[in-house]
Amino acid sequence: MSAFLEVRDLTVSFPTEDGVVHAVEQVSFDLQRGKTLAVVGESGSGKSVTSSAIMGLVNRRAASVMGQVLLDGQDLLAMDDDQVRQLRGSKMAMIFQDPMSSLHPFYRIGAQLAEAVRVHNKVSKDQARARAVEMLAKVGIPDAQSRADDYPHQLSGGMRQRVMIAMALINDPDLLIADEPTTALDVTVQAQILELIVSLQKEFNTAVLIITHDLGIVADVADDVAVMYGGRVVEYASVDDIYNHPQMPYTLGLLASVPRIDKDLSDRLDPIPGNPPSPISLPPGCVFAPRCAYTDKVPGEECAVARPELLQVQPGHLVRCHMDHRTRVSVASSVLAQIRTGVR
Amino acid sequence: MAPYIVRRVAMMVLMLFLLTLVVFVLFSLLPTDPARLTCGKGCSPAIIAANRHMLGLDQPVIEQYWNFVKGLFVGRTYAADSPQPIQCHAPCLGYSFKRHDQVTNLILQALPTTIFLAIGAFVIWLVFGITLGVYAALRRGTWRDRTVMGISLVGYSLPSFFIGLLAIFFVIIRWHILPFPNYVSPLTDPISFLQTMILPWIVLAILYAAFYMRLTRNQMLEVLGEDYIRTARAKGLPERIVIRKHALRAGLTPIVTAAGLDLAGLLGGAIIIEAIFSLPGLGNLAVSSVTDADLPLIVGITIVAAVFIIVANLIVDLLYAVIDPRVRLT
Repeated sequence: MSAFLEVRDLTVSFPTEDGVVHAVEQVSFDLQRGKTLAVVGESGSGKSVTSSAIMGLVNRRAASVMGQVLLDGQDLLAMDDDQVRQLRGSKMAMIFQDPMSSLHPFYRIGAQLAEAVRVHNKVSKDQARARAVEMLAKVGIPDAQSRADDYPHQLSGGMRQRVMIAMALINDPDLLIADEPTTALDVTVQAQILELIVSLQKEFNTAVLIITHDLGIVADVADDVAVMYGGRVVEYASVDDIYNHPQMPYTLGLLASVPRIDKDLSDRLDPIPGNPPSPISLPPGCVFAPRCAYTDKVPGEECAVARPELLQVQPGHLVRCHMDHRTRVSVASSVLAQIRTGVR
Repeated sequence: MAPYIVRRVAMMVLMLFLLTLVVFVLFSLLPTDPARLTCGKGCSPAIIAANRHMLGLDQPVIEQYWNFVKGLFVGRTYAADSPQPIQCHAPCLGYSFKRHDQVTNLILQALPTTIFLAIGAFVIWLVFGITLGVYAALRRGTWRDRTVMGISLVGYSLPSFFIGLLAIFFVIIRWHILPFPNYVSPLTDPISFLQTMILPWIVLAILYAAFYMRLTRNQMLEVLGEDYIRTARAKGLPERIVIRKHALRAGLTPIVTAAGLDLAGLLGGAIIIEAIFSLPGLGNLAVSSVTDADLPLIVGITIVAAVFIIVANLIVDLLYAVIDPRVRLT
């Protein structure tokens, strides 16, 4: 069965004065209706560019976008701008990281929602407004009828993100892309917003692509996880496999760097040493090699000279690493054991 | 909002009061003797003394200022003890003995020309400045953008007297497209009014349009990078609505501020343009009042020009709140 959203070999690069920025390289994944795929990675790993490219929000005059993005079988990258525009906000919608700056400061929220209705449906202003109020109530805005006349700056951050969710879901999209939807919010509000997304997803059977660097969120909401590094997917697996049978050293590093409440407070966090690579000058071999602690487990200089392929190690579990399977599993189990016992 | 307006208007009145005081004191400190200037060579000390008395210049400065302020509100009479007293009706900005007329009248006669000039140029420069600025921003980095910015740089660097003289030389003298400028009121002869005004409008607008192109382009580039523009696109809005309704609206605020103040500045007289095209406006009046050392007229024009700026400031601040709901006028 072909998936609702199929991304095949998506490659995005921006020519700049300093050289070509390879933001996303050969990214592929599938997403079914009603399912959630989490794309995880550090800043600059290409996860936001991936989502913008799917939405057709990457300016194709300024960037080269290649590969295929099949939404319900239609290739979005082969369409012209206006065809993609008509799908944006109706069939696929997006919510963004910072609800403070993502709403237009000069327009009332009700009007901003109604605008989203009217651009895709031939309805009267009153009907659009009624729909906006209905949707605001649905995402838990109290007294939606009168709050619809508020300006964004009159709402709290959590309320604004609810408004963004209402705006994204107002035309019943089949695909919702949430780009770090809770990063800018208080922890207590984060949980509410995630709950809201999950419950609306259940109600509308929406496919959700959630972009995050927060592994806690991943565990809560995702079915599958794509771990991105240096513009590439380095590990792709079910959420269960990512937490219990991770194989790629970068994924291990991410898991080890999550603060744990059951760990002794005197323990330091274990960050991954070094910084993400510059997308202008990526390392010639494995993009993670300069930060990887296990390159000595691969014979020769392979990690430094050859790009590893993304290979299937089990059905539904893909890994991009030069280590052989057995070595990966043993490295992973020792790291997991250290994380669990808190001993390093 | 109402208390804010009341407070601002009160502040404005206070400012105007201080303004008249400063202008008045400054001009009374000038070494020129206005009484000496009232008659030509070989005018006897007796006549000068008489004129000084008639002008009220024999009184202390404080008293002179008091008479001036009183004149603004209730009018005043010059040479009340002479057989031919001169009435100056409120709002009396003074009496020009050089021109034998009330300053207020002189200014009111010149003002319409200046207003027509300023508003015509204002419309032209806003239309071209904003349109081309948006156009350049949308085509950032292309040859079209560079062309527009190049034109803007040229327009900005060429002094208006140079463009003005070029325009007169080619359009009027060489190619005979337009007759020589001869200002008439639009009510008397609209055609020849337009024929006279079209060049001054364009020449004046070029300088400002160049500035507004850059301002608009920079504003648009900044706003187009904002998250809410991405949201508007993610909603599926057509690009022209994203630009017009979302980006331009948000980028407009500094443009409104600049436009309000620039227009007010021009209402005080566009000296160079008025001189080149011999338009009988405030700018020309100001120049000739300075060359004649017609102090009462200079004071009057200075105050009127400053009033325009102060009022425009208030209007711009109020408009700010209309455009941007986050601005609270308290």
